[in-house]
Amino acid sequence: MMHDPRSVSGKTLDISGHCSLLVIGAGPAGLAAAIEAASQGVSVTLVDENPVPFETMSESVPLFYGQRMSGTVRNRNAMMEQMLESRPDLVTAFELGIDVRLGTACWGLFLNSENMRWMDRPVAGLADEENGSSLVTFDRAIVATGRRDMGLAFPGWDQPGVMGAAAAIALAGQYKALDGRRAVILGSTADAMIAALDLAASGVEIACLIEQADVPVGPADLLARLSAQGVEVKCNNCVQSVVPGRDGVEGVVIDGGHLDCDLVVIGVGAVPMIDLLAAAGCRVSYDNARGGFVPDLDEQLCSSFPQLQVVGDCAGIWAGKSMDPAIAETEGRFAARYAAQMLGSTVEPAENTFAAPSPPPEHAFDIGAYRKAWVQRSVLDAETEPHVCQCEEVSAREILEVRPPRYLEWQASDNKARTLPDLLGEAPPDPDQIKRLTRAGMGPCQGRRCREQIQALLALKSELPLSAIPLAGYRAPVRPMPLKTAAPAIEDAAIAAQWDSWFGMPRQWTPFWDVEDFYTVSSLDTEKPHVSE
Amino acid sequence: MSANNPEIAKGASVVIVGGGVTGLSAAFWLAQAGVDVIVIEKGIVGWEASGRNGGGCSHHHSPLFAEEQRLWPLMDELLGYPTEFRPDRIRIALNEKQLTLYSRAVANARGQGFQVDELDPQQVRELVPLAGDNVYAGHYYRFGGHANPHRTVQAYAWAVQNRGGRVLQHTVVTGFRQEGSKVVAVETDHGTFGCDHLVLAAGPQTARLSAMLGVDIPTRVARAEMIVTEPLPLMPIGGIDGNGLYGRQTLRGNLAYGGGPHEWLDAEELPGGQRPSSPLMQSIAKRVAELLPKSAHAKVIRSWAGLIENTPDGRPIIDRAPTLDNCTVATLSGVGFGLSPASGRAIQQLVMDGECSFADISGFRLSRFRDLEPDWDALQGWLPLTLAS
Repeated sequence: MMHDPRSVSGKTLDISGHCSLLVIGAGPAGLAAAIEAASQGVSVTLVDENPVPFETMSESVPLFYGQRMSGTVRNRNAMMEQMLESRPDLVTAFELGIDVRLGTACWGLFLNSENMRWMDRPVAGLADEENGSSLVTFDRAIVATGRRDMGLAFPGWDQPGVMGAAAAIALAGQYKALDGRRAVILGSTADAMIAALDLAASGVEIACLIEQADVPVGPADLLARLSAQGVEVKCNNCVQSVVPGRDGVEGVVIDGGHLDCDLVVIGVGAVPMIDLLAAAGCRVSYDNARGGFVPDLDEQLCSSFPQLQVVGDCAGIWAGKSMDPAIAETEGRFAARYAAQMLGSTVEPAENTFAAPSPPPEHAFDIGAYRKAWVQRSVLDAETEPHVCQCEEVSAREILEVRPPRYLEWQASDNKARTLPDLLGEAPPDPDQIKRLTRAGMGPCQGRRCREQIQALLALKSELPLSAIPLAGYRAPVRPMPLKTAAPAIEDAAIAAQWDSWFGMPRQWTPFWDVEDFYTVSSLDTEKPHVSE
Repeated sequence: MSANNPEIAKGASVVIVGGGVTGLSAAFWLAQAGVDVIVIEKGIVGWEASGRNGGGCSHHHSPLFAEEQRLWPLMDELLGYPTEFRPDRIRIALNEKQLTLYSRAVANARGQGFQVDELDPQQVRELVPLAGDNVYAGHYYRFGGHANPHRTVQAYAWAVQNRGGRVLQHTVVTGFRQEGSKVVAVETDHGTFGCDHLVLAAGPQTARLSAMLGVDIPTRVARAEMIVTEPLPLMPIGGIDGNGLYGRQTLRGNLAYGGGPHEWLDAEELPGGQRPSSPLMQSIAKRVAELLPKSAHAKVIRSWAGLIENTPDGRPIIDRAPTLDNCTVATLSGVGFGLSPASGRAIQQLVMDGECSFADISGFRLSRFRDLEPDWDALQGWLPLTLAS
């Protein structure tokens, strides 16, 4: 066969190393997996993006930190030490000879599939502050990227001090760098309650939990612990607006009152962080019992790519799992045993690696109805129109009316007849189509803060369950990277030598007055000057 | 018309298969001419390459070029919705080799009476605030420009609907009904649609669908990739490219660019699979930072990929299917967005009048591949790589 010099055929990527087992995420699940695999003699590389540089945290990456990081976050060494202190198993991992890379983000996974055959081995894109981006190959990977928080718009939610529950827990616990004294928590999920208890334990006063539903939705034992500390859940209530001050939140207006606070912690939905998996092309499905869209996994926790296993929160979140890290650790060990076996380990696995991970309870509360109810109360019933998409400043009404972005200065009347139902056809509204037209979710945070709200808005407007709305697509890089950082350190000379703006076909750009009547491949023997588009 | 048959009463005078930019533009021009038209789209309009391209509008090599240039500035008004079209383009060469390559394109445009100014590095830097010290030379195209593919595709679709046409999304074609050499209906998973004329403009699916009608359209499918950065302050002209890249600064300020090696793939039997992008993102980022060094700090927020069908010579096919009385086939061979105002109008005229009045499109005829080698794809190296196990 001939070779198309301008195709990827024969071109190589700049691969800086190889991992037998790559574990992404050093939370409870990822650490347990890495340690178990290493104990079985597997060569393990463990990456975790934490500690995240201050500037990156300011961009709500990976969590919605709400600009409430104290200055200590700027001290990288202190943060590194703090992280080791908060996760003692990291020391074990070092001692086992695991290649632990902290402060290293994984921004893309690239695996062979029908529409991607270039790489003959799986490739991971990594990046850290010192070395920029690099590529490594791997035999297998265990993805343990954790969770993030569903955002929730209300007037003033763009003020510093409004943040996600997972972000608050990370700042208060792992970083010991939460800059706040008094918090109002939105939601009464297990994750909202855990955030309240964690923050209280780290010295933050909890004003109360605000719940739009009639009764708290989280577990009774967590509620009892909160009550014992005198923390109230105000039900049938909702935040109406933020009272902004010079440094952000100074209080919130709720139904029938006002609360002083400098933190508003959104705990209405903990979301599996599947960005890396979805961008790689793993099959994902909506699963109410697992907290939203999660990868489809087989009994060995393998995704639709058999080399990729998924453990911890990114495989599913439910109340019991949020309360007990042992569940995530069990998943990690279980996956690691299978990975070790597939990688040819002959070490006898420990007995506790055979226990199949607990599934979520069958009768979980309906997170779809719950999230929709919050978006109805907080976003749609708001007195003003908060931006649901903060990056691109798009309100709920603009999303639902499919309005062109304001910079086009297109008059609303011109677009009047073009609302959501016109787009629907025979299928539910697709957040990606709405994004293309309104820019909601198209900004630098790539929907980290608005994705689930838009899903709920579209479900509300089209009177469908949350599960009927497709996932808004994720793409690499799942962490933003400056152009100069993204550039490869070394590039195969063949790539530069043949780089054309388009396909570089010999006759594609020949002017029309100079084209022969008939085309055959052999006619290319007559060379014409190459023209680029 | 087959309206008397209740089973296929849902039909239209012209049924267009493919809700990409070519099919939708054809539908727009047909509807504009008063023709009852239906567009059948397997997913969402513009979901494939029509919505994933760089948005460039300057195709000097094409017989449709003059009409493309005439129409783009009119499209917002014609369609009634914003396309984000902005005129002009500056192409930057960073070395002599690029300048030679780009100068040939300039010669072709000038030959058709379009103005191109030569720029020295200092002039480039004055016009392109993000350019750097590495500029070798530039060309200022006083024509062409760029538009927003997402918005343009939807604008066509809405304009079709406003003229009484129908756009059926999420509707998959499963077959055709023929009576002799006439196509009388299109069968879908949402029923059968009768037609007086059929237009096949289904991108990578065109060959598979036309084969059902016994028409051989030689195309092979490849992946191309792009990246986009966070928004930056707007430059006076958004249509900036060069250094082997195509793309633009969007009206929102993002830098959206693509280029580099493509990958040949099998056409999908079940369309709509994953469109993964590759680590080529890194090499595109490198070239954007070279083209616009003052943007090197800008963050890449997304990369994406699209699948594109290509004819053996890379040039469009817009022709009446030779063995059928009432079928027009169209593939723009990977370069369809910018030409769409003109290609749709050419298809409309081909359907209604049997010929195109404003351009000589004989070069787009299918019969130019009469003598094509049967193994042309292998001869050109257009076969997919082996799928790793």
